[in-house]
Amino acid sequence: MKHALVLGLIAAIAATAAWLPAAAQTADPTAAEFDKFREIMEQDNPAELFEMKGEELWRTRRGPKNASLEQCDLGLGPGVVKGAYVLMPRYFADVDRVMDAEARIVHCMITLQGFTYAELAKQPFSSLTRTPEPVSLVTYVAAQSRGMKVAAPQSHPKERAAYAMGKEIFFYRAGAYDFSCASCHSVDDKRIRTQPMPNFTKPEQAIRAVQGWPGYRMTGGVMHSVQWRLEDCFRQQRFPEPGYASETLSALLTYVTVNANGHVYRGPGIKR
Amino acid sequence: MAEPMKIRATLQGDVADVRVLMAHPMETGLRKDAAGKLVPLHFIQTITAQLNGKTVFSADVSQAVSRNPVFAFKVKGAKAGDKLSITWQDNQGDKRTDEIVIRAGS
Amino acid sequence: MQHARRLIVQALGALVVLGPARALAAWNKGAFEAKSAIDAMRALGIGNTEDSKEIQIRAPEIAENGAVVPIDITSNIPGTTSISVFIEKNPFPYTGTFDFSQGAVPYVHLRVKMGESSPVRVVVAAGGKHYTTAQEVKVTIGGCGG
Repeated sequence: MKHALVLGLIAAIAATAAWLPAAAQTADPTAAEFDKFREIMEQDNPAELFEMKGEELWRTRRGPKNASLEQCDLGLGPGVVKGAYVLMPRYFADVDRVMDAEARIVHCMITLQGFTYAELAKQPFSSLTRTPEPVSLVTYVAAQSRGMKVAAPQSHPKERAAYAMGKEIFFYRAGAYDFSCASCHSVDDKRIRTQPMPNFTKPEQAIRAVQGWPGYRMTGGVMHSVQWRLEDCFRQQRFPEPGYASETLSALLTYVTVNANGHVYRGPGIKR
Repeated sequence: MAEPMKIRATLQGDVADVRVLMAHPMETGLRKDAAGKLVPLHFIQTITAQLNGKTVFSADVSQAVSRNPVFAFKVKGAKAGDKLSITWQDNQGDKRTDEIVIRAGS
Repeated sequence: MQHARRLIVQALGALVVLGPARALAAWNKGAFEAKSAIDAMRALGIGNTEDSKEIQIRAPEIAENGAVVPIDITSNIPGTTSISVFIEKNPFPYTGTFDFSQGAVPYVHLRVKMGESSPVRVVVAAGGKHYTTAQEVKVTIGGCGG
């Protein structure tokens, strides 16, 4: 029954798209309806519950060193959270590496609180019964950049190198199906079932790689960050699993985030 | 065990536009966990809202309400400085109350 | 020390009831376990219902995810005391009743689980009578991504 419904819907969408003028085809009516209601739901978003949790975790003494994260430097100085998310990924001198927000939070949990990478990377993604601390933390940090323009820097040579590496990874075809990120995300108007696939090579669509993450996913009612999304993309491309909070993902995030620079980040979103 | 709610109230004249986010699994009793066992029915059954200690809104709901429920409702006769508290109770005897102070122009 | 204190305050917050909690005995088990909207209405003592255009339901025509379907309901019928919601094709259609007899405006926003495409039926109680309207909401499979 459901199968017939999906086929029927796709037929209906395709039939509609066939006679719409080319420009309007980008505004697929079903996708537009989804966007409208997603915006309504984002105004009162369960993600805010994780934002609250993240703020509590930020201020709580935890780990073997019994320390809070209030001295964590997200790029604007120790403890400055407001506005930091939209300025990442960025180069951090203390690790001589470009890091995205979650990688930086993980770094602070290791250095300030004494957690190990192994324990944080063991099960880094949310399930129905558990939300890992970095996920709530990155939701809190991201929410503190709500309404601000994305401005990932490209002033340091390593930031420029990360952009170049991210771009190369984005276009690199590999795996059993010879997919790259670009297979789905470098052309306008692609879709998988009812989910549109934005073209991240274009600035006005690249914002959709940033906007909505971290996102409260309606499927399962769980909080996910962009680290989860990237790992799931790699899985769908039949690639090996990427390292959690690795340089590879920081580079990929540098590429899409810089492409989105100048656009406003509305804060944690709602995902299907 | 009950996690805090997030409550927001915006005053429009003397009507408070209230939005509440609740943290609750709202299990239907039909879902199987990773081990294949049915997760027991666990859901919010009743909700009440009080303005300065007087009940102004209440609801009885089922497990068909979404996980991490979101509700909005509007309370008449509200003003800045009023205390708005919301209480939920679930089918396993758990309950939670959270309160905010309504702010002018909030 | 700070952490322990915070935990205690939180736990106390969860236990303290700041006012009369709604009696759980009033939660209508018969209605909530009814397998059809009609049976649920019978259990709720809802007899005849009159179709009304004064009840506004705002819900997506196609829901992106059946797990979270947003529904906005406004009753413009004078003297509205309650709004009840039934998702006709759900295993247990009766989803809830919202009470406006004590100072709330007859408006509610809720988010519900829908197992399949279905009419969402609303019954309003006003002045001792019952009024109704419904809107069809289609539910699809989502997809990858997002």
